[in-house]
Amino acid sequence: MFAYIVRRMFQSVIVLLVVGLVAFSMFRFVGDPIDNMLGQERTQADIDRLRTELGLDQPFVVQYAKFLQGAVQGNFGVSYRQGRPVSTILVERAPATLELAFVSGFLAITMGIALGVFTAIRRQGIAANVIMTVSLIGVSLPTFLIGILLIYVFSVELDLLPSFGRGETVMIGSWSTGFLTASGLKALILPAITLGLYQMTLIMRLVRSEMLEVLRADYVRFARARGLSDRVINFRHALKNTLVPVITITGLQLGSIIAFAIITETVFQWPGVGLLFINAIQFVDIPVMAAYLMLISVMFVTINLIVDLLYYAIDPRLRVDARAT
Amino acid sequence: MSFKTLMLAASATAMIAAGASAETLRWARAGDALTLDPHAQNEGPTSAMAHQIMETLVMRDHSGALVPSLATEWAPSEENPNVWVFKLREGVTFHDGAEFDSEDVVFSLNRAMTPDSDYKELLASVKEVRAPDKFTVEIETDGPNPIMPNNLTNMFMMDKGWAEANNAVKVQDYEGGEDTFAAKNANGTGPYKLVSREPDVKTVLAANETYWGKDEFPLQVTEIVYTPIQNAATRVAALLSGEVDFIQDVPVQDLERVAGTDGLDVRTAPQNRVIFFGMNMGDADLTSDSVDGKNPLADVRVRQAMSKAINRDAIQQVVMRGQSAPAGMISPPFVNGWDADMDASSSTDIEGAKALMAEAGYPDGFSLTLNCPNDRYINDEAICQAAVGMLAQIGITVNLDAKPKAQHFPLINNLETDFYMLGWGVPTYDSEYIFNFLVHSKGEKYGSWNGTRYSNPELDSKIVALASETDLPARDQQIGDIWQVVQDEQLYIPIHHQVLNWGMKSGVGTIVEPEDSPKIKYFEMN
Repeated sequence: MFAYIVRRMFQSVIVLLVVGLVAFSMFRFVGDPIDNMLGQERTQADIDRLRTELGLDQPFVVQYAKFLQGAVQGNFGVSYRQGRPVSTILVERAPATLELAFVSGFLAITMGIALGVFTAIRRQGIAANVIMTVSLIGVSLPTFLIGILLIYVFSVELDLLPSFGRGETVMIGSWSTGFLTASGLKALILPAITLGLYQMTLIMRLVRSEMLEVLRADYVRFARARGLSDRVINFRHALKNTLVPVITITGLQLGSIIAFAIITETVFQWPGVGLLFINAIQFVDIPVMAAYLMLISVMFVTINLIVDLLYYAIDPRLRVDARAT
Repeated sequence: MSFKTLMLAASATAMIAAGASAETLRWARAGDALTLDPHAQNEGPTSAMAHQIMETLVMRDHSGALVPSLATEWAPSEENPNVWVFKLREGVTFHDGAEFDSEDVVFSLNRAMTPDSDYKELLASVKEVRAPDKFTVEIETDGPNPIMPNNLTNMFMMDKGWAEANNAVKVQDYEGGEDTFAAKNANGTGPYKLVSREPDVKTVLAANETYWGKDEFPLQVTEIVYTPIQNAATRVAALLSGEVDFIQDVPVQDLERVAGTDGLDVRTAPQNRVIFFGMNMGDADLTSDSVDGKNPLADVRVRQAMSKAINRDAIQQVVMRGQSAPAGMISPPFVNGWDADMDASSSTDIEGAKALMAEAGYPDGFSLTLNCPNDRYINDEAICQAAVGMLAQIGITVNLDAKPKAQHFPLINNLETDFYMLGWGVPTYDSEYIFNFLVHSKGEKYGSWNGTRYSNPELDSKIVALASETDLPARDQQIGDIWQVVQDEQLYIPIHHQVLNWGMKSGVGTIVEPEDSPKIKYFEMN
């Protein structure tokens, strides 16, 4: 077990280093930050001076080494766009994204499982068919369009919910939360639906097909023969057995909810790290882009590691194999 | 009455009930101020924010004329033509109570001249700033500089004592890894005080009760809540739903929608920005064209033919939906040196253009790559697409290469494009600024935005001489002469002047400023 974890950690570090290297080799294709940093009146001499000062005249491998050197000491450099330390900015922005991801993840899981079970049990019902059809739209419409549609209906036409921002936030230590105010909660609704819709339909369809399969299994037939009620069969026996693949997918999707919050955050002007990253790309803010990409890859690597370890804990066969070798 | 009008009426009533004495203006724009450090970034939203909190010695009114702000009068010194003397307003205090005097001016201007400042080029001719007494400042330049005050309209004044006490003497830089105090805090003399700021999220300002100009300006807005909203559709939705009162950039496709909504207005004015194409006329051969061993753009007839092929009226009507003014010269109309005859856009003449092409030896045309930004100017990529079709009519096959601005502008600066789009604004309202950056040969000090490779030493020396010509009528004459050369040589292909569209609640009264920098102290709230 311990050797397994150490080996996986080692692999994770290599993945991170490679991600960083690829990221740095791509940055010069994003553009040149110098023009954004200097005013319209800059001279050639200013351009050259700033380029040398920032080390942008160095090969990307050198820039990467410099970044790593700072990063291991917890210093991600200073944002070209805001002129403030990247770590400070990330700490400011993270709560917004994490809260949004948490709420949409929660929505996606609860609604996804509930609707999945429902459509599996009432396979022939009208409601189930309507849900299945609508879920197709959820999968196929791009996020930004869903967001704009929701804004149009609920903000412009019905005037019920805010179209942008986080509403009032309360600071708890260095964590700004929107959970404690009415406007903060209202502001969460539309972005959370937008962000979680795809994951919800995905989980729903997965639960449905797993359920359908399990319901045909022998042990369910025996349970029926024993005269157990539908409730017990569906929820105690069938649902439990569908959850193993659902947990895997959900774990991985949690990562993508955070990573793909970029589009939702841009549409709703949600002040999280996704919006920060979009701004960084437009400005060619290399320190912010680098820190964000590293952070996201750390997150994915960690989630994968945890999922692998969970398998190890859940599935007895893996443990037996490990002992045998 | 529809549900929506009902809701609007209800919210309007609620607002009238609430806002008898305290008027809050909720203001949104695509971008946030990048910093509050007044000398770190010379960029639109940054200086627009700074103008609410801080002030300059002189400022421009709605018509673009220079008017007193922290300086009450200014004139060249009688003893020394190289010196400008500014008399300062007395009895002005900063938000923290400190008195504003000449020491602060000397400090602020010197700070704006340090290498990390974005404003240093505007002060490049300054040799020394002196304070002979408490309310007089002398600015000495390398030679006589007749338009020195024009360069000061965005030079914000900081309090010397405050900067020293808060370790903000240095302009913020990118190396130290430290927060600069001045980037997140501000202490100015302006009409509004900073209450709170979360970068890229929200900035709240409150009226300065002790503002010197309390009786001079309407100052009806008592609180400003500024929120950047990047996505254009969301920004318009926020205005339509009444969540903001004023947005600065209404997309052209939404103008009718906003103007047609009860309780909302769109106000329009020409912007201080002209859009044009530049051409590589200096290189012996082009890399992106189909002609071998020759540069077709080096021939003035080809450049004229290209200009004649562009149908500016069609671009205005179709691409810009009427929201532009076709241009014949690369200067906005308020700039000294602008000429109505030159700016009258040359009428489209396909036959004439074809004749010129044939005369120049290209009856069958050639092919060329056009580099265009796609996130910088209003409908930039669409304008380029229109131009592609128009140039095809005279046999020039244009390959369009549209990129984000962060990739487009380096092409111009590194001289890697033969045909490109550029836009230009003139903060000094004087043609010299245009010549320095766009007409003078590209070099260390001048011509840094000149991607045409055009080099005319005689013209260069005329441009440099403008800086120290104190005889204003003679100077205007020289400016006219230089423009004549620029026009005759068809140095650039002007397209149009951009138009600003501000969308707001009907009760908000203001005049659209060509700099796109609203000064909220002028706003009236009815």
